[in-house]
Amino acid sequence: MRALTWHGKHDVRVDTVPDPEIINPRDAIIRITSTAICGSDLHLYDGYIPTMKAGDILGHEFMGEVVETGARSTLKKGQRVVVPFVIACGSCYFCGKHQYSACDNSNPADNQDISEELWGHPASGLFGYSHMTGGYPGGQAEYVRVPFSDVGPIVIPDGIDDEKVLFLSDILPTGWMAAENADIEPGDTVAVWGCGPVGLFAVQSAFLMGAARVIAIDHFPNRLALAKKFGAEILNYEDSKVYDALMEMTGGIGPDAVIDAVGLESHGLFADNVLDQIKATAFLGTERPHVLRQAIIACRKGGRVSVPGVYGGFVDKFPMGAFMEKGLTMKTGQTHVQHYLPGLLNAIVEGKIDTTFLISHRMALEDAPHGYDIFKNKQDEVTKVVLKPGLAKAA
Amino acid sequence: MTETTTTAGSGGRDDAPRSAARSAEPTADQKARGETALTAITLTINRTPADVYAFWRNFANLAPAMENVASIAVKDDRTSHWIVNAPGGGTVEWDAIVTEDVPGALIAWSSAEGADISNSGRVEFRDAGERGTFVSATIAYDPPAGIIGKLVAKLTQKEPAIQQRRDLRRIKQLLETGEIATSSPPNPAPKA
Ligand SMILES: [Zn+2]
Ligand SMILES: [Zn+2]
Repeated sequence: MRALTWHGKHDVRVDTVPDPEIINPRDAIIRITSTAICGSDLHLYDGYIPTMKAGDILGHEFMGEVVETGARSTLKKGQRVVVPFVIACGSCYFCGKHQYSACDNSNPADNQDISEELWGHPASGLFGYSHMTGGYPGGQAEYVRVPFSDVGPIVIPDGIDDEKVLFLSDILPTGWMAAENADIEPGDTVAVWGCGPVGLFAVQSAFLMGAARVIAIDHFPNRLALAKKFGAEILNYEDSKVYDALMEMTGGIGPDAVIDAVGLESHGLFADNVLDQIKATAFLGTERPHVLRQAIIACRKGGRVSVPGVYGGFVDKFPMGAFMEKGLTMKTGQTHVQHYLPGLLNAIVEGKIDTTFLISHRMALEDAPHGYDIFKNKQDEVTKVVLKPGLAKAA
Repeated sequence: MTETTTTAGSGGRDDAPRSAARSAEPTADQKARGETALTAITLTINRTPADVYAFWRNFANLAPAMENVASIAVKDDRTSHWIVNAPGGGTVEWDAIVTEDVPGALIAWSSAEGADISNSGRVEFRDAGERGTFVSATIAYDPPAGIIGKLVAKLTQKEPAIQQRRDLRRIKQLLETGEIATSSPPNPAPKA
């Protein structure tokens, strides 16, 4: 089959690779109909994530048709499914508590050592995201093997387009959980740093959860315009001092909850960006503010900090004093995708949440390297790239 | 539930298990009990102690989860024959005899006379309530002298604690999910 493979920093290629096979009884094989490039794929593309190997197939946001099932899969051939990016067994203690991204069993035993060493406990398995999270081939391909297929994939009723439901695989539940982690109360003001897909879905989710005001912060005009379309007030940090603006807009109180939907993009995974540190000592860097620091300083006393943005290493100059003295609460984590799927699919079917606005580019799987290039280098206009293995390569 | 039956404190001054000791040297007490090369690890398995005991008591169930084990054949109620892959090819073998057996709580075994490597193991199962069972496995090896001894030292001392932790995690996966998680296509070279 054809698949998008990683070969090094800024080097991804569409190669011919062996077709996936059923290995375990709970596996299924899916023929991919739509798959997206994610902001966190850019972390792989930029070479931030350790334990990648040349030839690894990328992609953790995908859906398609069931073409093969293992003896213990509950899926049926021909069903259309969206597959969560988090792989979860459904039967460990954590899956039992619906904390699917903490699954004990989905990461192969040999691959658990690195994350256990780094974080104290091993990470669960993820599709297409380095060997420390399992080394599972991803879904930017014609076919993919889905382990524990009786637990993760959600069956999509006929008559609903791929593009309406594809983002159930990651960014929609991730934006939703970001808002849920902010413990929003009716009437709250919520500030969201980062108007990428997760930030934009967090904006929508926060309003659905009763926020009176959402203030969205970014520097890409097109992304800010999308946030405004959903009712957010917007802040362009290239034009305005974020802390000063937030205080003025909230009568000096500060936002009740703050959401860091930027994460590692502003830090680098294992080494803090030195330039960022130098700028941040003046507290207001103009280019890449250290978002988490700024969010904590801006948050109101007794407020909540939600961090859907991805971190992997250490954060320098974490403002522990502000965090403690103001009595803040922080919630974070990889998304428990499986837990949110039924409710969010319903919200899509009922028209309460729209996801299609996000897609700016559709292209053939064969053109995926071009997709990575423009997603990385033209972030203002390229909000989301969807790859279709069925499409013919552009000329 | 807080009682630690596998060990008697990492340095004799606290309740930590010996596997957590800062010093690799056994204390005088531990030496007196004959404890030498030893790895120990505890994991929680989301099944009842009775289930985990029953699975473990049929040693043949363990083979697919243990990286270096080629096969385990049950000969009778107390005896099983282990064939283990040695580094650089070849195998080492022994009969393991069950020396202690408390249903739902404890299994201990020891290699029989004439083993290529003298070794013993002990696994305890403690009720962990809604979390399942605390499974504490302790394996002790006594590598022989000579060429085989060198191979075995390589095999068992490479990263014995890491090896054992991985093996125990695969046993947990089998018991909790019915399969062993893997991201690799099946090994084209079948296990011996
Ligand atoms: Zn993603
Ligand atoms: Zn699980």
